[in-house]
Amino acid sequence: MTPTVNTAAALALGDDALVLSHRLGEWAGHAPVLEEEVALANIALDLLGQARVLLSMAGDEDELAYLREERAFRNLQLVEQPNGDFAHTIARQLYFSTYQRLLYAQLASGDGDFAPLAAKAVKEVAYHQDHAEQWTLRLGDGTDVSHERMRQASEALWRFTGEMFQPIEGVDIDWDGMRAAWLDSVGSILRRATLPLPEGPQSGAWTAGAGRQGLHTEPFGRMLAEMQHLHRSHPGASW
Amino acid sequence: MTTNEWPLWEVFVRSRRGLSHTHAGSLHAPDAELALRNARDLYTRRGEGVSIWVVPSAAVTASSPDEKDPFFEPAADKPYRHPTFYEIPEGVKHL
Amino acid sequence: MATAAAHHTARVPADGPADEAARTAAYEAVFDAAVAADERIEPRDWMPDAYRSTLVRQIAQHAHSEIIGMQPEANWITRAPSLRRKAILMAKVQDEAGHGLYLYSAAETLGTGRDELLDKLHTGRQKYSSIFNYPTLTWADVGAIGWLVDGAAITNQVPLCRCSYGPYARAMVRICKEESFHQRQGYELLLVLSRGTPEQHEMAQDAVNRWWWPSLMMFGPPDDESSHSAQSMAWKIKRHSNDELRQRFVDICVPQAESLGLTLPDPDLMWNEERGQHDFGAIDWAEFWEVLKGNGPCNEQRITQRRRAHDEGAWVREAAAAYADKRADRTEHAVGHADEHSDGTADENGKARA
Repeated sequence: MTPTVNTAAALALGDDALVLSHRLGEWAGHAPVLEEEVALANIALDLLGQARVLLSMAGDEDELAYLREERAFRNLQLVEQPNGDFAHTIARQLYFSTYQRLLYAQLASGDGDFAPLAAKAVKEVAYHQDHAEQWTLRLGDGTDVSHERMRQASEALWRFTGEMFQPIEGVDIDWDGMRAAWLDSVGSILRRATLPLPEGPQSGAWTAGAGRQGLHTEPFGRMLAEMQHLHRSHPGASW
Repeated sequence: MTTNEWPLWEVFVRSRRGLSHTHAGSLHAPDAELALRNARDLYTRRGEGVSIWVVPSAAVTASSPDEKDPFFEPAADKPYRHPTFYEIPEGVKHL
Repeated sequence: MATAAAHHTARVPADGPADEAARTAAYEAVFDAAVAADERIEPRDWMPDAYRSTLVRQIAQHAHSEIIGMQPEANWITRAPSLRRKAILMAKVQDEAGHGLYLYSAAETLGTGRDELLDKLHTGRQKYSSIFNYPTLTWADVGAIGWLVDGAAITNQVPLCRCSYGPYARAMVRICKEESFHQRQGYELLLVLSRGTPEQHEMAQDAVNRWWWPSLMMFGPPDDESSHSAQSMAWKIKRHSNDELRQRFVDICVPQAESLGLTLPDPDLMWNEERGQHDFGAIDWAEFWEVLKGNGPCNEQRITQRRRAHDEGAWVREAAAAYADKRADRTEHAVGHADEHSDGTADENGKARA
């Protein structure tokens, strides 16, 4: 660990990847078609790889993943949202992978601590974004049923998207420019998918903050309980 | 049983530059774009490829086993197509 | 190649039933000679109907086993106790989905579509390996599955790489290559537990106790009770008998268990100097047949989850098919206006040719 690494930033980015990877892992054995079992697992594995590098920049990866309490996690509320149906998972993927790609592209072009990781991750994330876009198009412009499900999903998750553009201390990028680029990219895909751009607010009304401040949604506690239970049941054990 | 099963695609993978694409297997996909992506996920998980082709299986025309003899046997009795057919005096190089 | 070509079984017009019979006999002679010479049978070759149906049944059962086999291990992905283990387990479960896909492809070369095979699985008309009807109760079960279940599977599968049917043999080569890490990760997982805290050691021993006997059953009933074995061996779909492979597996496992510091739960297990092999206790075949009949601890749960995933995914598969249809229509209407396409299709095709 180099002393210059911003631990809070590593945790924010690392927790995003860790938590979303975990959620995608829940799909194993439940995907709508076998080919998607393989695709979703690929994305989950990429994210887990990113999480391990980032958490290791902030400390011991397993201690951080398994021994922190809910309030110490710094991930976005978006990534902790339950999988829902395939449309919800795809909407979550679309919103997050577009964000992550823009973020990592900027980090990769800089010379900060995250540049080496970002340079590798941006290629992975480009594929995640492509996967989400392909499915957004198919669900949005597929059948009436899929259109309706995708519309509901894109609207339900919309209010978790504003938090993404809250500046992270130690991550030196153009946040306003990123918000505009994100809106542009997501808006254009939704349009091509014949879906309306959601109209509601992009964040909740709670002034205390959200995921980056360690404030999460109720399902997250249960997710962590499941994830951490075995590790915590055997203090000090190796696996 | 659903009647709209996704069509079958044949997947060809170039394992590295300089080699030709070889048949890796098949998969189901609703269209060419997803076929390409499914092929990437399924057949190159361990870095097995640098380029992929997908072809609708229905578009493949194959020779029939019934035609095996007329198709391939005539080629078997033309040894003069192979370099080993020719005798060259010992010591002659670059030939 | 998995094409509709398989439907086109070589048939030459015959003038009468006698000619037809003579032709079939001639084809059969060619087929038998190819099998005898260890040549591979390929999809468009003539083959006896029973050879085809035996293969479809066996490959489908194998594919179903990969897909159902994801469930007991996926049960632990969300609880894996370290991030390293979580990554390994996710990659392994993903491989199983991939292996299922390779095998369904191989079965399709024989003219039976994947939807039809899945339907047979979902309605209980085709089986999967009974081993997956046992539950994964602790983390150590993930290790025991890797070491014993995958170990038994590999013992079964390695000879299948030389199976007489080309597409099946090729799928098995790929699968065996990819599976080499599956067994090792299981063994390593158990080793860490066995050498860990007393609680971890006990967890590992308990898992081995529960998985040992069902693993031995994976090789199928004893040779004198196995209904399909003789014909399959004659056709070189199968290369060794059930009992032969089971014995081979036991002999491999005994020293491995010693290195693990774990005990195999069989008081009769001992080296037989005369045979140069291990003797082992009697397998409870009553349990085997009961589980096979559907009375195992997880039969109902496994098939219900599989069916639910399939049913709940129907709208997704339909959406993608509908989208593809719409696109095909639009493309037809847009012939001659290719420049106006803004969706990058041409671009992607171009990349495919790179």
